This record gives sequence, structure tokens and C-alpha cells, in this order.
Amino acid sequence: MIDLLNTMLDFVSDGLLILGAVCVLIGGIGILRMPEFFTRLHAASLTDTMATLALFAGMMLQSGLSLATFKLFAIMAFLLLTGPTATYAMANSALSTGLESPEVDADEVEETTL
Amino acid sequence: MNDHSLIYIGVAIAILATMVLAVIRAIKGPSIYDRVLAANMFGTKTALLLAVVAFLFGRSDFLDLALAYALINLVGVLAVLKFFESKLSAEKESIHD
Repeated sequence: MIDLLNTMLDFVSDGLLILGAVCVLIGGIGILRMPEFFTRLHAASLTDTMATLALFAGMMLQSGLSLATFKLFAIMAFLLLTGPTATYAMANSALSTGLESPEVDADEVEETTL
Repeated sequence: MNDHSLIYIGVAIAILATMVLAVIRAIKGPSIYDRVLAANMFGTKTALLLAVVAFLFGRSDFLDLALAYALINLVGVLAVLKFFESKLSAEKESIHD
């Protein structure tokens, strides 16, 4: 019974870790391919929240009830609180100094890399 | 440390690849804010990478480093934004280098 529980915990933890890795890659590709600043900001904020939640939840399931779990929870809470704050600060700063954000038609995006 | 080393190595490689992509955006980005965004993303990915490496090598000291670096990264990004905002709005110059 305990063995089955450990196996299921390992399975869920592996799934969460892989989900976190996929989210980090999606955010990284998005910051390179998006056409202008505010869309890139949105792509980067995906890594701040979703990847943090998935990776740290997967790692917390691995380490049981110990000091490491508490430290992981502290790092995760801090990143979840300050990631969106930094995103908001960047968007506010860009908007208030007048960064041009032209209307981008999705069919006519020319800036493609990778 | 345990049987999950392969998964942790895969996650670490994915985070490293994303950091390379962020550096490419920092080099390419036409405005200052693109570069600040890429630097912020690089810093948060460093904190994630430190936590994953802590589990990969089985040393729990790296978690303290991750927490310290997350704090430092936030303060640094806010300071850079404050500096550029005061500089740009005071002189009204173009922000595309």
C-alpha cells in the first residue's frame, strides 16, 4: 500500500516536472518570436507563474515533510508575488515613457526568427 | 540523488535553453525595455535552475542561494526601471537605440 502510494507520488511529481520544463520552453520561444514588446512581456510572464508553480510543486512532492519543503515553499511564494509585480512595473514604465505599440495584424507579422 | 536524476537533467537542460533564448532577445531587442525584460527573465530562470540543481546533486544549500538570488534580481530590475524611467521622461529622447 505504501509502495503504491510512493509510486503514484513519483508519477505525479514527474508529470509536474515535465510540465514545468515545457512551460519554460514555451515562454522562451515566445519571447523570441513575438512581434513587439507587450506581447513579449506576456510570454515572459508565463514562465514566472506557471513554470514556477509546476516545478516547485513537483519538487515539493519529492522531498516530503522536511526543511527543504519549507524552503521551496518560501522561494515559490516569493517568485509568485514578485514576478507579476515586476511585469506590471515594466509595462507601466514602458507605457508612461511612450513606447510605441503599433497595431499588429497577426497575418502580417514579418519578424520571424528561429 | 534518487531515481529521478534523468528528469532533473532534462528540466535543467530546458531551463538552460530558455536562458540562451533570453540572452538572444537581450542582444536583439530594439528597445531598452526588451533588454530589461530579457534580463529579468534570465534572473528568474537562474533561481529555478538553482533549485533544480539542488535536487540533482542532493545538496540542500543551493535552495538558500536560489532565495537570495530571487530577492537580488527583483531589486535590481526595479532599480534599473526606475533609473531609465527618470532619465527618459526627463530628457524626452528616443528610446530606440
